[in-house]
Order: sequence, then C-alpha cells, then structure tokens
Amino acid sequence: MQRTCPMTSQEIVDAYFLETRAKVLDIAAFLDRLDRGKTSGDDFRVQALRDVIACLIDGNDDRVRRIQVLLSDHSTDPIEAAPMQGAFGAPPKADGTST
Amino acid sequence: MKYIDPHIHMVSRTTDDYRRMAQAGCVAITEPAFWAGFDRCSADGFRDYYRQLTDTEPKRAAQYGIQHHTWLCINPKEAEDIGFAREVMSIIPDFLDCPNVLGIGEIGLNKNSKNELHVLEAHLALAKERNTLVLVHTPHLEDKLKGTRLIMAAVDNAGLDADRVLIDHVEEHTVGEVLDRGFWAGMTLYPDTKCTPQRAVDILERWGTDRIWMNSAGDWGDSDPLAVPKARMEMKRRRHPAAMIEQVTFGNPIEFLGRSPNFRVEA
Repeated sequence: MQRTCPMTSQEIVDAYFLETRAKVLDIAAFLDRLDRGKTSGDDFRVQALRDVIACLIDGNDDRVRRIQVLLSDHSTDPIEAAPMQGAFGAPPKADGTST
Repeated sequence: MKYIDPHIHMVSRTTDDYRRMAQAGCVAITEPAFWAGFDRCSADGFRDYYRQLTDTEPKRAAQYGIQHHTWLCINPKEAEDIGFAREVMSIIPDFLDCPNVLGIGEIGLNKNSKNELHVLEAHLALAKERNTLVLVHTPHLEDKLKGTRLIMAAVDNAGLDADRVLIDHVEEHTVGEVLDRGFWAGMTLYPDTKCTPQRAVDILERWGTDRIWMNSAGDWGDSDPLAVPKARMEMKRRRHPAAMIEQVTFGNPIEFLGRSPNFRVEA
C-alpha cells in the first residue's frame, strides 16, 4: 500500500512553493485587513484562526489533522434543536455566543 | 481512462456539465437526494424531486453515455421538523424499486440535533428493512467530528453492516476512525469547505486506498463537476501509478456500488 508521496522533497518544493507562498500572503493580508477594520475585539473565529496558526510552527507533524480537531466542536451529546442550517468553521464560545 | 463520480447533484447542473464530464472520461454517476438550497414547503415537492431523480436525470445523462444512479431520503437540513420528515419518508418506498435507485442517501446529520438524529435512525431502519446500501452525509466544518461519531454509533445501533455504508465528506480528522470501524469513506473535493484535490491525495498517501473514493458533490453552490479528473491529474503529477488512480476513481466505486443489483457500468 502506498503510504508516501513519490516525489522528492525538492520536487515538492518546486511544485508547490509558489501556491503555498500565495496562501501565506493571503492569511497575512486577512489579518492586516482586520487591523484596519472598525470592530473592537476578535470574533471567535479569528481567535480560533490565531490559535491554529501556532500549529504551523510548533515543529510537530500531523498539522492538518490537529488543526481540524482544534476547529471542531468537542461536545458529545446531540443538541436540543438546530439553531441554524449553516456552520461557522470554528466552534462558538462555550456559552453559545458567536462574537 | 474511465472514472465514476459517485456523488454529484446533476439536477443543479447544466447539460454542458454532462458533456464536459463525459469528455473527461466519466461513465457513471450516483446522485444522492439533498437540500435544494431552500426548504421545500410540501411533501409533494419531494415527490416531484424523486421523479426527477428516477426518471428525468437518467435520460439526460444517457445522452452522453453516462449511467445515472440515485439515492433517496429527506436530507438532514430539512429533518428538524419530524412530522414533515415522516410525511416525506412515507413517499420514499414508492420509488425504492425504480431501476436506478441504489439505496438510502444522503442521510446523516447537519447540526447534530436530537430531531436530526431521530430522522437518521428512521432512515437507517428503512435501509435495514429493505436491505439497501446507505450513503451518509457528515456535517460541515466544526460539526463534522462530533456528527461523524454520532452517525457511526447510530449505524451500529441499527444493526447495519459497516461494509454496506459509505460515510461521505471525510477529512483528515475523521477518515481514520471511519476506516478503522470498517466503513467505506468518501472524500468530497470542494473549493473552500471540504478537501482540495491536493489534500485528498495527501489523505490517500497517509491512509491508503482501500475502501475510499473521491467525488465532486457538484451542486448549486461553489463546486466543480470536474473535480474528480482534476484529482486524478494531481495523483499523476505526483507519479502515483495508474493502477492506484484507477482503483480510487473507478475500481473502488464499482466494488461498493456493485453490491446493489441496480448499479450498472461498463467495466
């Protein structure tokens, strides 16, 4: 069973560096844009984003799975009723508020 | 090289998409019943939708040499009203014997509510009674991990064989548990909210190619009906062998879907 990428590390860099560089710049631009915004305090989603960015540079592997877990609701029981049909992308605060 | 898109909502796509998919090598699709982007106001709206899935779409797909199959249910986004869900579910048996129906789907959870779970359990009981395959939708984003675990527990409680259930929309934090518990897994290739082709191929490299497939889930939203061939290109770009590409995008769908007597494809 194939468990590794057949490309060498150098080939991976050559193939994916530019698109990854562009994505990092997009994240930086988003945070800069937030600084220029007029709201006060971080939305819970932005706080979650700041938390998961730390995973990128903590020196450990399995980054995508760990970030997905950090962005997940960790309760275990079904909720009483669906409050909406969509999703936020990060779990709301424990008191159920979203700001 | 032929491929199968095992989850795509062609009622929301144009005929041009059928043409482009056929040109890219698509020979068969399966179309689960889903949320239309708005809540339907009557059970008759679902009856018309099921007619579209079992009569109109197979004819449209056949014009391009694509075999069309479908799955029936009331989706979890419209399952919060249990009375309405029961009314819709009472229609489903009228269509289960149509020649392109593979089973019950895409059932599952959306916000992981008690009523959604109740309706999911009713669907699973129907699948058990009719001995059909099951295609499961897992929740989006922050609700996915919890919902996937609740769904797998419900399937176990219903007494269904995990080997006849595909858990769709898996990502890095759910694929391991789904496969470890004996289910089939589907990866959905979506621009922002699910897997990119690159991440889907990463998942194959980490978790292997057994009991897993890829689909576009192309629908009325931001999605790409050619996502599967694009993922095949990504595998080829990384020099994965042709046999592995064929297994994930053709052989595996045939192995799972072929357990339904209504699945047809030219091998």
